[in-house]
Amino acid sequence: MQQKLSVRHLLGIKDITPDDIALIFDTAANFKEVINRPIKKVPSLRDITIANIFFENSTRTRLSFELAEKRLSADVVNFSSSNSSVKKGETLLDTVNNILAMKVDMVVMRHASVGAPHFLTQHIKANVINAGDGTHEHPTQALLDGFSMLQKLGSLQGKKVAIIGDILHSRVALSNIFLLKKMGAEVMVCGPKTLLPRHIEALGVKVELEVKKALQWCDVANVLRIQLERQQIKYFPSLREYSLYYGINKKMLSELDKEIVIMHPGPINRGVELSSDVADSEHSIILEQVENGVAVRMAVLYLLAQS
Amino acid sequence: MTQKRLILSTQLLDITISRLCQQLIENHGAFEDTVMLGLQPRGVFLAERIKAKLQSEGIECPLGYLDTTFYRDDFRRRETPLVANATHVPFIIEDKKVVLVDDVLFTGRTVRSAMDAMIAFGRPRKVELLTLIDRTYSRDLPIEPNYVGKHVNTVFSQKILAEWTEQGAAQDQIWLITND
Repeated sequence: MQQKLSVRHLLGIKDITPDDIALIFDTAANFKEVINRPIKKVPSLRDITIANIFFENSTRTRLSFELAEKRLSADVVNFSSSNSSVKKGETLLDTVNNILAMKVDMVVMRHASVGAPHFLTQHIKANVINAGDGTHEHPTQALLDGFSMLQKLGSLQGKKVAIIGDILHSRVALSNIFLLKKMGAEVMVCGPKTLLPRHIEALGVKVELEVKKALQWCDVANVLRIQLERQQIKYFPSLREYSLYYGINKKMLSELDKEIVIMHPGPINRGVELSSDVADSEHSIILEQVENGVAVRMAVLYLLAQS
Repeated sequence: MTQKRLILSTQLLDITISRLCQQLIENHGAFEDTVMLGLQPRGVFLAERIKAKLQSEGIECPLGYLDTTFYRDDFRRRETPLVANATHVPFIIEDKKVVLVDDVLFTGRTVRSAMDAMIAFGRPRKVELLTLIDRTYSRDLPIEPNYVGKHVNTVFSQKILAEWTEQGAAQDQIWLITND
């Protein structure tokens, strides 16, 4: 078995190998056992300081990273742009260099600009983990989605996964496509034509416009949020109309001749992309995804600290 | 040149494990509040054999697998990365007598990290250490075993190779490897 990641930074799923992904999954399974113990903490990263730098809002990802870091005994500093000198005009590199001058070993960064973490790696020594860069990649989300599917289904090879919703603005969709293709799954994207990127089929995915057909085809439906905050123009007439054509409800699931797994990276817009009875049903593994998120992020931090 | 000397043959190994079991029975009687923790990866093979042998004597002793990887003190200080194994401890060790089981005792650092790892499952009343091979005079830490299969005098460059059938070996054997 491979013992080490092939990269020093986790910038995107595109840059890592299937062996890397398998190693992260194996390690995450061990950490999942750790976080279910009476004492959930291990001392592995006790001499490491990690800065969580969030230039964009985040609740779950930041909490999940912070918990993962604390369960590995790392020292953690948090920074979010809403209350910082970024408002006073400091550049990204200056901000980060100032933080690194305080002897920080790893940086977890979310930024609204595509490629911001890649830019950082060319200028600083610390390991960089991309916690989402614009509409580009969100690698730890894809890893935790893949890990959740693996735990639920036993394997990703040959499984059919439909990604439904706002594909155009979604970094989760892109990272998921890369990861699922690398692990041998079949991928379909489904959404209104205005929310599907042009030439998306060049990534080797199927494209479907009707949500019922997508549900009938897939083993797993990964439902994405409509990212209104990224939509400067109207891509569809109204949320109500979107919900009517693309919202998933219990009736649609019961009309299928099979059981499918429902996933959602959160936060859910209840009543828009998922109805409440689906989000809270036995089909949904949304809360398992959150639990697995901590284990997967522990694995990523642990493995990168050794690289 | 590499020399390979057999220090415990299959038969001798079996006799040694039987003797270790008898010593355990002397101290733990019916094993009412005793549990065993086999250290991953190879301590669990020895622990499984001890458990089976105790069962043939009519004694049931709970056995858990303990992985010490996340507790090691050489994380980021060694050339080869540390790869974790599964921990499976299906009981709480609070107020129990714990016997840690490993195949080879060398510097004592694994046992130190095992004691750290163990504490996550409760506060044991007493902790003992059982090792198949004790490489004497090579300890980095003040750790001594309570039960020893065989003492072996070694120098630092030598290695002990434990072959277990679970790992694909034809039979259980313990070798001393010397590289000139």
